[in-house]
Amino acid sequence: MATYLEFIQQNEERDGVRFSWNVWPSSRLEATRMVVPLACLLTPLKERPDLPPVQYEPVLCSRPTCKAILNPLCQVDYRAKLWACNFCFQRNQFPPAYTGISEVNQPAELMPQFSTIEYVIQRGAQSPLIFLYVVDTCLEEDDLQALKESLQMSLSLLPPDALVGLITFGRMVQVHELSCEGISKSYVFRGTKDLTAKQIQDMLGLTKPAMPMQQARPGPPQEHPFVSSRFLQPVHKIDMNLTDLLGELQRDPWPVTQGKRPLRSTGVALSIAVGLLEGTFPNTGARIMLFTGGPPTQGPGMVVGDELKVPIRSWHDIEKDNARFMKKATKHYEMLANRTATNGHCIDIYACALDQTGLLEMKCCANLTGGHMVMGDSFNTSLFKQTFQRIFSKDFNGDFRMAFGATLEVKTSRELKVAGAIGPCVSLNVKGPCVSENELGVGGTNQWKICGLDPTSTLGIYFEVVNQHNAPVPQGGRGAIQFVTQYQHSSTQRRIRVTTIARNWADAQSQLRHIEAAFDQEAAAVLMARLGVFRAESEEGPDVLRWLDRQLIRLCQKFGQYNKEDPTSFRLSDSFSLYPQPVLLDSSSILADRILLMDTFFQIVIYLGETIAQWRKAGYQDMPEYENFKHLLQAPLDDAQEILQARFPMPRYINTEHGGSQARFLLSKVNPSQTHNNLYAWGQETGAPILTDDVSLQVFMDHLKKLAVSSAC
Amino acid sequence: MTGETKWGCTHNERQPVSSTCAAIWAAPACLPRVSSIQLWWATRVHSPHHSLWSLQWPSTRLSANISPRFPGSQPFGSVPLTPVVSQPTVLQPYGPPPTSAQVTAQLAGMQISGAVAPALPPVGLGYGSPASLASASGSFPNPGLYGSYPQGQAPPLSQAQGHLGAQPPQRSAPPQASTFTSPASGGPRMPSMTGPFLPGQGFGGPSLSQPNHVSSPPPQALPPGTQMTGPPGPPPPMHSSQQPGYQLQQNGSFGPARGPQPNYGSPYPGAPTFGSQPGPPQPLPPKRLDPDAIPSPIQVIEDDRNNRGSEPFVTGVRGQVPPLVTTNFLVKDQGNASPRYIRCTSYNIPCTSDMAKQAQVPLAAVIKPLARLPPEEVSPYVVDHGESGPLRCNRCKAYMCPFMQFIEGGRRFQCCFCSCINDVPPQYFQHLDHTGKRVDAYDRPELSLGSYEFLATVDYCKNNKFPSPPAFIFMIDVSYNAIRSGLVRLLCEELKSLLDFLPREGGTEESAIRVGFVTYNKVLHFYNVKSSLAQPQMMVVSDVADMFVPLLDGFLVNVSESRAVITSLLDQIPEMFADTRETETVFAPVIQAGMEALKAAECAGKLFLFHTSLPIAEAPGKLKNRDDRKLINTDKEKTLFQPQTGAYQTLAKECVAQGCCVDLFLFPNQYVDVATLSVVPQLTGGSVYKYACFQVENDQERFLSDLRRDVQKVVGFDAVMRVRTSTGIRAVDFFGAFYMSNTTDVELAGLDGDKTVTVEFKHDDRLNEESGALLQCALLYTSCAGQRRLRIHNLALNCCTQLADLYRNCETDTLINYMAKFAYRGVLNSPVKTVRDTLITQCAQILACYRKNCASPSSAGQLILPECMKLLPVYLNCVLKSDVLQPGAEVTTDDRAYVRQLVTSMDVAETNVFFYPRLLPLTKSPIESATEPPAVRASEERLSNGDIYLLENGLNLFLWVGASVQQGVVQSLFNVSSFSQITSGLSVLPVLDNPLSKKVRGLIDSLRAQRSRYMKLIVVKQEDKLEMLFKHFLVEDKSLSGGASYVDFLCHMHKEIRQLLS
Repeated sequence: MATYLEFIQQNEERDGVRFSWNVWPSSRLEATRMVVPLACLLTPLKERPDLPPVQYEPVLCSRPTCKAILNPLCQVDYRAKLWACNFCFQRNQFPPAYTGISEVNQPAELMPQFSTIEYVIQRGAQSPLIFLYVVDTCLEEDDLQALKESLQMSLSLLPPDALVGLITFGRMVQVHELSCEGISKSYVFRGTKDLTAKQIQDMLGLTKPAMPMQQARPGPPQEHPFVSSRFLQPVHKIDMNLTDLLGELQRDPWPVTQGKRPLRSTGVALSIAVGLLEGTFPNTGARIMLFTGGPPTQGPGMVVGDELKVPIRSWHDIEKDNARFMKKATKHYEMLANRTATNGHCIDIYACALDQTGLLEMKCCANLTGGHMVMGDSFNTSLFKQTFQRIFSKDFNGDFRMAFGATLEVKTSRELKVAGAIGPCVSLNVKGPCVSENELGVGGTNQWKICGLDPTSTLGIYFEVVNQHNAPVPQGGRGAIQFVTQYQHSSTQRRIRVTTIARNWADAQSQLRHIEAAFDQEAAAVLMARLGVFRAESEEGPDVLRWLDRQLIRLCQKFGQYNKEDPTSFRLSDSFSLYPQPVLLDSSSILADRILLMDTFFQIVIYLGETIAQWRKAGYQDMPEYENFKHLLQAPLDDAQEILQARFPMPRYINTEHGGSQARFLLSKVNPSQTHNNLYAWGQETGAPILTDDVSLQVFMDHLKKLAVSSAC
Repeated sequence: MTGETKWGCTHNERQPVSSTCAAIWAAPACLPRVSSIQLWWATRVHSPHHSLWSLQWPSTRLSANISPRFPGSQPFGSVPLTPVVSQPTVLQPYGPPPTSAQVTAQLAGMQISGAVAPALPPVGLGYGSPASLASASGSFPNPGLYGSYPQGQAPPLSQAQGHLGAQPPQRSAPPQASTFTSPASGGPRMPSMTGPFLPGQGFGGPSLSQPNHVSSPPPQALPPGTQMTGPPGPPPPMHSSQQPGYQLQQNGSFGPARGPQPNYGSPYPGAPTFGSQPGPPQPLPPKRLDPDAIPSPIQVIEDDRNNRGSEPFVTGVRGQVPPLVTTNFLVKDQGNASPRYIRCTSYNIPCTSDMAKQAQVPLAAVIKPLARLPPEEVSPYVVDHGESGPLRCNRCKAYMCPFMQFIEGGRRFQCCFCSCINDVPPQYFQHLDHTGKRVDAYDRPELSLGSYEFLATVDYCKNNKFPSPPAFIFMIDVSYNAIRSGLVRLLCEELKSLLDFLPREGGTEESAIRVGFVTYNKVLHFYNVKSSLAQPQMMVVSDVADMFVPLLDGFLVNVSESRAVITSLLDQIPEMFADTRETETVFAPVIQAGMEALKAAECAGKLFLFHTSLPIAEAPGKLKNRDDRKLINTDKEKTLFQPQTGAYQTLAKECVAQGCCVDLFLFPNQYVDVATLSVVPQLTGGSVYKYACFQVENDQERFLSDLRRDVQKVVGFDAVMRVRTSTGIRAVDFFGAFYMSNTTDVELAGLDGDKTVTVEFKHDDRLNEESGALLQCALLYTSCAGQRRLRIHNLALNCCTQLADLYRNCETDTLINYMAKFAYRGVLNSPVKTVRDTLITQCAQILACYRKNCASPSSAGQLILPECMKLLPVYLNCVLKSDVLQPGAEVTTDDRAYVRQLVTSMDVAETNVFFYPRLLPLTKSPIESATEPPAVRASEERLSNGDIYLLENGLNLFLWVGASVQQGVVQSLFNVSSFSQITSGLSVLPVLDNPLSKKVRGLIDSLRAQRSRYMKLIVVKQEDKLEMLFKHFLVEDKSLSGGASYVDFLCHMHKEIRQLLS
């Protein structure tokens, strides 16, 4: 273990965990003084090619309030066949199957390299994965065509025994029955009427075991022990039918008069999708995939009216509380999201339109259920097509990179309590001895439900040190945390992944340097950002900014080295240096003879400086004597391609040059060190001025230093 | 006096119609006679109940006692008593409500009777009374004939003599004889009388005989046969039995009845039956009116046919009464609408409302705006006035018509309805000739014809947009019942070919009408049958609580474009639901869906609903089974006719606003609540067809025939009808299948050539004899090609200051049409009994008014009927005993509601045959004769057991086979060797190659062709169970449900009239 950087990386790779602090302040008081809370980023299903799942069930601590899982940190008495729980110190007998256990014959879960281990549960019926497509038909012809093709293509990517269903919507909502030959049937719902789950199930004939329509076709006995599967059929059975059905999909036939938006019943469509799954496959892995090409314009969940002359709510409307439909719509989608989460299903939203589509109101659907939210300009773009295709990508085992219906349980040793979690999860409201009274994020519980997750899904989990200052942890003591994730694997197996970690305690007064050195500034930035975003959900924007500023100043005061009232003396150690502003992209980098590649996760921009652009225009790259220029041009493209290959969702790829209209994507992101306000660099080769009133990093840091050293703070 | 025919005593001597404006049925002039009629009538009614009879008699007798003092009222007053005690259901309808006083009187009478029984003779004497004798005496024209009678009547005679003088003795003994002798007026003609005549009988026989009965307390016990036959045995003429005692007299009175008949040349076969009539205890009365003597519908129809059938009816003259609906005639439009379009109750309207009130003759017109015409007549010309649209009066908005008066050299015209003077627009200007007529009058239909059409401009269209072509939506119940009965398969198969015959306009090759399909049980299935699809698509809407149309494009399609998809759909529907077990259905949401579909497509149209069961599934318009026969004859009976819920009215209103007409085909196995289900069809101008216990094998032909006709018939959509009248009268009430949102506009979502609207008029001012009264019926509608048009019918009527003119120009058939509709609407709000009483009272008032004001003075005992209305009593009686107003035990609540709503939009010809069925003897006339055999009166007495008869009333068709029909006939018709081998209830005659079979089947076909609905044939054998069903239609007879026979009713009517007059 050479450096903390390596340590952090190693831990992340093995356990999928990164802590803000890797040495923990040993008392409550000290912990609060650290400013950045003790917290971690957990990637529950971190891809582990080297981790074969074990085919048996975990051994649990017998104390009913604990039930921690046997792990490498436990003390084991091999002779007595006893193990001591490292969380509650309960001594437990090994189960009969472990009789052969000895120092040399250890089960995997006791080996230190298996601090993360995955169990496969053999019990219980396996239920197939379910994919329910909810498709907007109020699209332009070519958009719809592209979407139809993507959907048809996706059928070949689905696991053959997965169940698939189709709901289309426009002015009406149609639930397509997939079980029949001959006449294609669909159930149609008014797009303006909010129906309860019960009503939806009644109307779809799901409440009665036998429907007349079904009786019309007395087939073989049902393959699934479920009420009805007319609307959800195994892909291998109906992919021809469904391909045809998708092929015949028409644009919403209801006329849209001049000056109107098409009537789009997204809210009801989603509600029906939720109700359908709720009634037929509760607590089974299922994805509702919503494809929409515009804002909901009628019924519950409408975001804007159908009059084009009334524009969709802008940021200003929202700020002034002037967005007419927002609250109601948000409430509707929240209600749906909560129901979906309760049932263990997840909702993806694929919104492709040039204008807004109401994702603001709908975001909770994806957020609370662990679904994807993808935004693009059109379904007829590679951004959508490849992103969508990537949903169905497979891992090294040939399994889909998706898991469902997970619950995450966090157990802590006594000095710690769980304050909350921030991520695509909902609380399961389980109060236990390790639940803190102070909430950070979704708190008040040590269990959360994550309905949809993939190997990159990451939660921020926040802890509180509860150890009192006057009861110091003995030297060399370690705190432990166990993360237990139960989920439905894409192979439909139930699995449990257990990660148990431990970190050293340190007395902040005597060992502050240790603690400081073990600070993970990247993780801390993300965790603080999550907190900030979480707060922004319920608080006014400026308040949150002020809070963030304050936290930063306090952190600098705590860990900076400076002389009071002397900003120039201010220094931060290496482990903190990037924390205030991790981005090193400055407008001064924009120079005529450079090529820039910017990756902002959602966008990848390649920018050719003025001179380079002129050269390219002149065609130098095609001349044999300028082959090196050709290579120069090619290099960023290759790099970008590499990023594009792996990233989900597929980023917007922008290839532009000096003066190009798309250069705005770059200019809006760079640090505005030169603006129209500080013209001193005019005429020199110093980069491009940015027309903005935002302050540059330099100004920001100057202020920060000033405040940090100020004794008034 | 020349204007009247005396009748009754002189029945054979009906005067030539031309000179006849009234027929007097001369009842015995004197009071006792009348009372005797009454008495007899009561007797007859009660005769089946011997025990009751004895109860009744005293009361009658009481009244008889009083009768000399209160001749008019008293005797009748007693009548109701009997019903109260004995047979309320039977008699109630006719009598005034029983009062306690009357009951008391009756009881008192009983006591008396009991006590006095032995002393009867004196009483009888009193009763026999001078009056009766008087009348009798007057009526004895031919002493020779009756010579034998005098002895019989000695005691009463003595009294009578005082009155009558010379010839009392004969009269009472042979009642029939006395009958004929009736009133003075008839005197000289008596000899020629043919039939036994009621009044006389009643008078002579009953009045005297009844006491006899009473006197022998157990008359019931008397074996009627013996009693009767015994006495009759002796030479009838002798008949002296009367004298010895009244008991005998009774018998005697029957005996002679037989004898004399042959003498009178009784023309009908019923005579034997008549002769066998027993005494009062018998089911049949001892004596009765001669049915041949009372006005015969058959005769009237025949006469009109003979007199008016040959010449075309030319409509030029104002106030002409057209030939009867039963007469075949051609119409030449010369300025007034053809009677095929408009018929009036009277063509001469009283000038003042006072007069109208006095006469009580309803002033009504039965209008059939889109009536089909025979091929020889031309349908109305279409006039196109271009962009300016039809020319109308600026004030009252009446349309240009032949009655408009052009003045000022043709520059202006005066409106004939409101007298407003309007400018003639320049493009319409034309010079007038020397008579003040426009010179182009004969070039312009609107100036020379009674009926024509205008092309409507966009101003006459909804939302100021020319309409799109209408659509037909077929909505098929696919619940268990519909599938099991084979209906769905049959229907789908039929639709495949039927869709080629959608109504077209003019010479167009293809119908403009688009079609759509919906199936349903408790959810609805819409079908996308867009031509571009390879397969139809089904869209299920289960949100029945809030119905909507799930698709627009592809739902309503052109048949030829989407033929392949439609055929595929119709092939698949029966398969898809073949194994359904869904028994519940919805109803209102189905209509709602169709209506919404039309609304979405922005067109008018028609829904064809095929429905099987009470809609009990949870949905708007859900119904419960509320059928309750116990409500019959209670104040709550009306609820059976009222819709269960207001939901359907609301729905109907929406349908009308959209121009969505609903035709309903019902296939119930049990109660479906027709009263509620038919609300929407009724209010949208649609039709209801009902096939109870539908089975493909039995009912296929009838259903398919109705369906074909219904789908193919020309329909107008989204129509508004307005009837304008000239100043003085006003349309105040409307009857038919339509909706009204205000008091003047009749809104019809759909209107076909079978539907009529009956309009009642009232005075609001004085009319002018000179200018007459004008009607203009304007119908704005969308043709089946989607053209907006106005059809105008004009009719000018005369006005009179003399009541006689009114009565001379009435049309009874139309009157009955109005009265039936009025009564049938009345049952919604009043107890059925009240409705019947109202009808009777009105009829009595009409006739009494005539009697009082128009007939020449004669004795009060005479029943005098206006010539034009002489069938009013018989027809009215048929209305009164119809299933709606007096249901028999076998008539279901649904049947009543169904008939009620059918009658509401019937035209005059339909109501005529519906209430008085046609009974055609098949083997009487030579097989070779090409013409329809002459009908006979609808009475069992007219049936001879050696014959075969067809009976039809527009809805039902029976073939009655007499028990002793010749074997050859049986063979050639049924292909079996004997009567006993004929299958009772057979509905199809075998196709046999012999003249009789061909003729009968041909006749059946032609009868069916005349009616708007297919009549299913039922073969009924004499003395078979099914005969009961058949007898129900013999409307001149007493009905099982308690309806009076014609004869009885006539007597009752006479009584009522007398009561009014006194």
